[in-house]
Amino acid sequence: MKELKPAILMFIAFTVICGGIYPAVVTGIASVAFPDKAGGSFITDTSGREVGSILIGQPFSDSKYFWPRPSAATDFAYNPMGSGGSNAGPTNPDYLKTVEARVKAFKDTGGAGTVPADLVQASASGLDPHISPEAANVQIARVAKARGMADDALTKLVVAHTEGRQLGFLGEPRVNVLAVNLVLDKLAP
Amino acid sequence: MTPYEWLQTAIFVIVLLVLVKPLGAFMARVFQGERTFLSHAFAPCENILYRICGVRKEEEMGWQRYAWAMVLFNLVLFVALFTMLMLQHLLPLNPQKFPAFTWQLALNTAVSFVTNTNWQAYSGESTASYFTQMVGLAVHNFVSAATGIAVAIAVIRGFARRTTSMLGNFWVDMTRCTLYILVPISLLAALVLVSQGVIQNFSPYKTVALVQPVTYDKPKLDDKGNPVTESVTAKDVTIPMGPVASQEAIKELGTNGGGFFNANSAHPFENPTPLTNMVEILLILLIPFSLTYTFGAMVGNTRQGWTLLGVMLLILLLSFTVLQGVESRGNPSIAKLGVHGANLEGKETRFGLAGSNLFTVATTGTSCGAVNTMHDSLTPIGGMVPISLILLGELVPGGVGSGLYTMLAFAIIAVFVSGLMIGRTPEYLGKKIEVREMWLSVVTVLIAGVTVLIFSGIAMITPQAVSSMANPGAHGLSEVFYSFASMANNNGSAFAGLSANINFFNILGSIAMLVGRFVPAVAVLAMAGSLAEKKYVPPSLGTLPTDKVPFALWLTLVILIVGALTFFPALSLGPIVEQLQMMGL
Repeated sequence: MKELKPAILMFIAFTVICGGIYPAVVTGIASVAFPDKAGGSFITDTSGREVGSILIGQPFSDSKYFWPRPSAATDFAYNPMGSGGSNAGPTNPDYLKTVEARVKAFKDTGGAGTVPADLVQASASGLDPHISPEAANVQIARVAKARGMADDALTKLVVAHTEGRQLGFLGEPRVNVLAVNLVLDKLAP
Repeated sequence: MTPYEWLQTAIFVIVLLVLVKPLGAFMARVFQGERTFLSHAFAPCENILYRICGVRKEEEMGWQRYAWAMVLFNLVLFVALFTMLMLQHLLPLNPQKFPAFTWQLALNTAVSFVTNTNWQAYSGESTASYFTQMVGLAVHNFVSAATGIAVAIAVIRGFARRTTSMLGNFWVDMTRCTLYILVPISLLAALVLVSQGVIQNFSPYKTVALVQPVTYDKPKLDDKGNPVTESVTAKDVTIPMGPVASQEAIKELGTNGGGFFNANSAHPFENPTPLTNMVEILLILLIPFSLTYTFGAMVGNTRQGWTLLGVMLLILLLSFTVLQGVESRGNPSIAKLGVHGANLEGKETRFGLAGSNLFTVATTGTSCGAVNTMHDSLTPIGGMVPISLILLGELVPGGVGSGLYTMLAFAIIAVFVSGLMIGRTPEYLGKKIEVREMWLSVVTVLIAGVTVLIFSGIAMITPQAVSSMANPGAHGLSEVFYSFASMANNNGSAFAGLSANINFFNILGSIAMLVGRFVPAVAVLAMAGSLAEKKYVPPSLGTLPTDKVPFALWLTLVILIVGALTFFPALSLGPIVEQLQMMGL
């Protein structure tokens, strides 16, 4: 049992280094260099009230808003305390019925043409803040009607809020639903 | 694939390959006790640590003692973590007042983190306090990774040394690995992650008002105790906080994979942008690939290392291509409804298809098991790609350390089989391969697979296990098969629909994780012990060169054949049947 002493003491030493000093140093530097980001990238509306984190999606269902992707978070859509995906398998009959109902709901609310997959398939986190530009475009007519705005103005707004590929080649172009909806509330309350 | 997806993947591979040599050479220097640019700062800390812990750094260990120190250290880690989880409610930094873990869950979680598996039968944001996450789990991310790397280094010494029984000092290897390699890279990576939006704080969870309140049906029991739903409106939501970035960095770098949040690396606070996604994939693959260079440098022929790297990269990129191909075609049953696009169920918009798929093969080609995609929702053949990568034994490039030593066991088998075919005595790196090495290599390569097949079989005849499947039919079998493959190979990802927090999976899974981790680790150390004692045999005309392309292709073939022979029947009943069902055949 000659190795028992180093085993116990090494465990204590590394708990101090890796569980204490290391996260403390990261927290210290982060809180000075990137305070907003380390704190959760929270945003405020026009009245200065915190309305959430720009990174965490929210459940919009009113026709005057752009809608996010379906969410499989527990309890309710976009519940930040219940992150997760549907984990539905591709041949699960219940899952296929759910998707069919979403497609129907999309068509019933004025969606035309083919349906972008991201509007009827849930994300991995259940908190995905983005939709594809195509998924935003197919919603423009509905939002314009509900707000009494011109389609063109909304098209421009979507283009202005489309984030391109990061560094020009990473990921895919996308639209942050919460950001664009907050602008809508400001433009045409 | 679109041109952008090609470009993103190509640039990623180039960046990875550029980093292999500098990091690999640095690690070789660290483990050979040479001075590096960090020695100035860390050598004094290192020496103080040894003095406090009673370690004499010049004292070398034979394989038995090395293995014993490793096992004992892990036993201490297990007891400490198990105790911490059982006492969570009494410990500090618990602003959400989470209760203690149940003993079954604590057992599974402690085994899972000690074995570098990081299988999670719980969801972090609603079960684990900041203290548990940071002091408990994050520490294990470091030391379980360091344990794996230390074993790999001892095995390399077995090949490199001649006529000695000494393999190095476990405490010194583990300490140097943590101080010089894991902590500095994690620190740098954590800051990059924070700069992109990964959170790092100790605030209590934050409540904010929703822009549009949401109404939902909440299940409850009526007066008679029957389950019913009532309509509830949520006006605000609670957003979890925590020291995420520091943990995220080591979770990927140490190929651990235990997420701070339930959604793991799909969660926007763990992985907010396409850039953090690529950084995290890079962290997963960095050390396992670089260790091939360390191996080459320490045995005195870097081409030996590049050959192994070639095999790893070849299988990894082939897997990526298959996954990308089937996922981009989408789900035919959904396309029929007039939906256009790839299979996006369980994928995040910001990473795109290629960023999701690259993460999936990286996390299962290693023993990482972090996920940015829900593997359960991949198309059947798509889901077979991660299962197959895990079942091959996680050696393309494998977990930190464990990937390299598993690959070396396969190399020995490949050398032996080819030796039989051409009628020569098999040699690898100037060491004669004899019965003892073959035995130990076969144990290393097959133990996880045997465990997976037996335990999945037991699950199929256990009603409690069958009823925890989330999806019916062939897909349900895949869920159970995946769970044991993941635990026995210390991966930790899941077909997460399976309700895994039941006694059956918690307990049987703990056994699978322990067997899959420690049997191969001790077996390769025993092999290293016998290799180190052997004399060097200079290459002759009859020696198969193991640093050339033909050997790389032969090794690839051996890996694929062993994998296929072991697992084809089970894969046929799961993913292959389901693919045929999905295509309406």
